[in-house]
Amino acid sequence: MLPSIEVDPIRRAEVARALRAVLPERCVLADPEDTRPYECDGLAAYRQLPMVVTLPDDEAQVQAILQVCRTLHVPIVPRGAGTGLSGGAQPLADGVVISTARLNRILKLEPYARRATVQPGVRNLAISEAAAPFGLYYAPDPSSQIACTIGGNVAENSGGVHCLKYGLTVHNVLRVRVCTIEGDVIELGGEALDAPGLDLLAVFIGSEGMLGIVTEVTVKLVPKPAMAQVIMASFADVAAGGNAVASVIAAGIIPAGLEMMDRTSSRMVEPFVKAGYDLDAAAILLCEADGTALEVAEEIERMAAVLTEAGASAITVSQNEAERLRFWSGRKNAFPAAGRISPDYYCMDGTIPRKHLAHVLARIEEMEGIYGLRCANVFHAGDGNMHPLILFDANQPGELQRAEDFGAAILALCVEVGGTITGEHGVGVEKIDSMCVQFGARELEAFFTLKRAFDPGMLLNPNKAIPTLNRCAELGRMRVSGGVLPFAGLPRF
Amino acid sequence: MQHIIEQFREQVRAAARDGRALCIRGGGSKDWYGQQLDGDILDTRAYRGIVDYEPTELVITARCGTPLAEIEAALLEQRQMLAFEPPHFGAASTLGGAIAAGLSGPRRAGSGALRDFVLGARLLDGKGEVLGFGGQVMKNVAGYDVARLLAGSLGTLGVLLEVSVKVLPIPVAETTLRFALGEPDAIRMLNEWAGQPLPVSASCWHDGMLALRLSGARAAVDDAVRSLGGEVMPDCAAFWVGVREQRHAFFMRSLDDDAALWRLSLPSTAGPIALGSQLIEWGGAQRWLRAPGDAATAQHIRSVVAAAGGHATLFRGGDKSVGVFQPLAPAIARIHARLKAGFDPANIFNPGRMV
Repeated sequence: MLPSIEVDPIRRAEVARALRAVLPERCVLADPEDTRPYECDGLAAYRQLPMVVTLPDDEAQVQAILQVCRTLHVPIVPRGAGTGLSGGAQPLADGVVISTARLNRILKLEPYARRATVQPGVRNLAISEAAAPFGLYYAPDPSSQIACTIGGNVAENSGGVHCLKYGLTVHNVLRVRVCTIEGDVIELGGEALDAPGLDLLAVFIGSEGMLGIVTEVTVKLVPKPAMAQVIMASFADVAAGGNAVASVIAAGIIPAGLEMMDRTSSRMVEPFVKAGYDLDAAAILLCEADGTALEVAEEIERMAAVLTEAGASAITVSQNEAERLRFWSGRKNAFPAAGRISPDYYCMDGTIPRKHLAHVLARIEEMEGIYGLRCANVFHAGDGNMHPLILFDANQPGELQRAEDFGAAILALCVEVGGTITGEHGVGVEKIDSMCVQFGARELEAFFTLKRAFDPGMLLNPNKAIPTLNRCAELGRMRVSGGVLPFAGLPRF
Repeated sequence: MQHIIEQFREQVRAAARDGRALCIRGGGSKDWYGQQLDGDILDTRAYRGIVDYEPTELVITARCGTPLAEIEAALLEQRQMLAFEPPHFGAASTLGGAIAAGLSGPRRAGSGALRDFVLGARLLDGKGEVLGFGGQVMKNVAGYDVARLLAGSLGTLGVLLEVSVKVLPIPVAETTLRFALGEPDAIRMLNEWAGQPLPVSASCWHDGMLALRLSGARAAVDDAVRSLGGEVMPDCAAFWVGVREQRHAFFMRSLDDDAALWRLSLPSTAGPIALGSQLIEWGGAQRWLRAPGDAATAQHIRSVVAAAGGHATLFRGGDKSVGVFQPLAPAIARIHARLKAGFDPANIFNPGRMV
């Protein structure tokens, strides 16, 4: 955790004055009482009061803010709903926050073209709600979708439990309109399926607010499947559960959702959600099929046969929508549940090639002994994205440090088996030193080359996501204090 | 295989030192694509072979010089496929060339573009350094997504050494339906169908006839056949290979006369574009046009297509001096130039190919 830095009042007055000269009074917050709500995002252990917060109403105001910042050489931190978990929207003591809170309009919804064009502050779920009357929806569904915004999704390349079949943000965004720090408004992608030149849209998505400020996003809408059903399967050991996942894929099935929980997790969530989980099973697999009724029936039958063959000790198929949602509720509420049983927890987000699952879980179990802390594992099994939850109590001397060391060891293990330190939460400030485990100096240099191609003055969300070499030693981890996560009731992951 | 990388590195460093251009080339099956070939050949074919393929991980990693046909044969054995259905344009086509060209085939509108499936890449940059981006896993947000940026970069940022791509199971069932439809009706139906949960995996309209491929679970395909009507097309696999490889009669004719082949990338809902004879794919989003490739025609085509929200590429033939690709907005061109200068400071890699 980094110490909070004092905001220089003289500089703040100068920057606020310059911003108020080009923006309406209500769009500029400089009083600490007003800027306090912006001091952190979902990574609540890191707090820093921003120098100034701006809330532009339109693109012209975004451009005006960028011009002031460029002229006065003030760094900029873009911010959506602030639900991000890696500190990507953590403010700077000498920086201006650009909040997209007022850029919250759906500009165009075109059912015939299956497109929606929205401002960045529109919530993820609001798009699907607006498209629902036309039988369409926006596919990526991060568990925080009731609150998180599409601008933040673009910054993080957000996934969701259905991304194995329906893809990530990068697969579902057609176009972004961006204000550059140099004063231009550019459009990447378009309403056609491709654009001339290099695919800058692909690299912009997931760039953590470091390349430009998005003012419009055009997303693809897809037809809503007629129905869905989920199988809940129990396994006597986690290796068998992992092998069952491989067998489903080997059978040529791409489930709409494929999730796994270990026993620590199912026992943790069951009292909280009463989903009816098999608490004796070492691992529970949730395997969903969607489509027409006939299609779902065919796929459920094939999946059930494969899971039985793979050694499932029990199989239950959801018989109605309420039951399907109940099966999912435990998985989606694993984080709030962890907050109830442990004073603190620390969430990891590594991805591994699935074949190493049993090995990685065994190593994590060993580490529980080494670090003297428990770890619950929930897992996007279809795409190998793990969320180990390290349970600890920060009031016990040394536990926080042990939790952080445990987490770093898990991420190093993910890289060791050919995976990555972050599957969907982003690097932000949280995992910036783990980036050095995954990338060498040359790649980091290439990332800076790319950054400078968009932002030569390095003013956009500086010192996040990509570490300089001498930053590599810094520590930083997600930590949830007193079991309280901001938006504690919000389903996660 | 390391010694081949060393050879590439030597060649790159020598070229950078002498300021000589390098033309990165696999099978040469797409030499005709892009603005202009410059420089000494850097032949990628020796660096070949599948590095890792685990069907249950849905990922294949292979070296750039691996023939595309070899990749597809390995996938077929496991009943899997490259879901972006890349065109080969010749038996010599390599994986590296396909990724660098960035072209997707008939399944693009249904399954996604080539770049959507790129998970990771190793690149030899203009300083002769080997860089690794992305990885072999489907969810990975560590660092900028440079691997996807390399897809379609036409070798202008470096030598693509190795690529990891996501693969998918071959659909259980596949059927093609044929409908007699005029152009406006075909475009309208394609867009209406795309808004319904139908397993459409490809479409091709030309000269009053629409072919629609359905792929997926047996029940889903049978359902769709019942609800859509139309006439089931026999031997459809060869038909779709013909569309993908541009051996369909529409394309063969265009090689016989002076006409150039233009690729129009448009919003799928754009109405008929009155520029001449066309073959329409991707639910209306990709339209092939036979038209002259001279300066006046190029300007006309580009202004009409831009007004409809798209862009036009002089795909084959014509006078390349009119510009193969639609010109970029100045602010975007500036970002391109900086990326090029960053990855390839001596400007040696395919310098004239994408301009």
